[in-house]
Amino acid sequence: MSKFKKKTSSSQDIPTAALPDIIFMLLFFFMVTTVLRETELKVEQRIPRAEQLVKLEKKKLVSYLYVGKPKDPTFGTEPLIQANDVFIGIDGVVKWVNEEKAKLSEVERDQITISMKVDNETKMGIIVDIQTELREANARKIMYATPQKTDED
Amino acid sequence: MARSKDKGSQEVNAGSMADIAFLLLIFFLVTTQIATNKGLTLLLPPKQEDDEPIEIKQQQRNIFKIQVNSADKLLVEDEPLDDISQIREMVYDFVLNFGDPSSNKKGSDKVSDIDVYNSLPASMKSYISRSLSDSESSDGPSSAIVSLKADRGSSYEIFIQILDELNAAYNRIYGERVGLSDEEFRKLNRNDPRQKKLYDDARMGIPKAISIAEPTKSGS
Repeated sequence: MSKFKKKTSSSQDIPTAALPDIIFMLLFFFMVTTVLRETELKVEQRIPRAEQLVKLEKKKLVSYLYVGKPKDPTFGTEPLIQANDVFIGIDGVVKWVNEEKAKLSEVERDQITISMKVDNETKMGIIVDIQTELREANARKIMYATPQKTDED
Repeated sequence: MARSKDKGSQEVNAGSMADIAFLLLIFFLVTTQIATNKGLTLLLPPKQEDDEPIEIKQQQRNIFKIQVNSADKLLVEDEPLDDISQIREMVYDFVLNFGDPSSNKKGSDKVSDIDVYNSLPASMKSYISRSLSDSESSDGPSSAIVSLKADRGSSYEIFIQILDELNAAYNRIYGERVGLSDEEFRKLNRNDPRQKKLYDDARMGIPKAISIAEPTKSGS
């Protein structure tokens, strides 16, 4: 009988000492892969969805413009253009593009892509104005950033 | 007395370590936004030089006109249209019309409309000869232009919807040409030489000519 008793006295619980290690591993994975948003959005962004999306290959060449109604009502209700962290006027677009181009190496300058994130309720007027300015600045590749349309919509 | 203290457990209790790590993990999971770099691409025309002629006369039949007014109502080829999804079919037929294919080698790839026609798969050729080849529509893919003119007061949403349809039509043409669906064509990875070749083959001689015309100034 004493034989059986000895067996039951052995520890029953699973060692959980390695659990923190596993969790830390997951944590580090997420910390490393996360890219924190560099710019704080000051305009509303409800972007219309589309189906035929193309993925951009070179992230380095992309600069972002945000267009929409300002979140802060003191700036009025008309759509504004946000580049990096500040609002720019329509006449500041060329200067901004040239600044963005200066960040790239010389061979890549013509390949700069402007990704425009535009709110749903924006009217086409401002978009066309931006396009004209981008042509002026010789940044001809543009992309209208949109999320993928899902089947439910 | 000192001895009895030594006998007590010397280890730090690490049981709650997992909880702390979980808390951090969940925080990062919730706050992470995986950056999306997807959208509809468009190539703008080069900057207008002052001494260049502003308008090059294009044959009316080679231009597929889409107009949007400030109430987001559509006028496609001078006729009102309610259902945006019809544009896809219309543009598909328009680009592949081959009404009067020229043998002039145009563009950067030096391919004529007739070469493009000969490179199409049999199913597309038979569709073109059966229901297209309309002399009232475009001469060939190299001269076909889709012109989208949106009023300043029209909404961005409808613009994106139309642009989406136009891209869908072109992707369908490109995909069908190399035996892929439009979705498979879109997902081709251009860093892979084999897929890049497929992509170039599909696009050769059929430029994606979407022109965003200057809008009329009338608002509201």
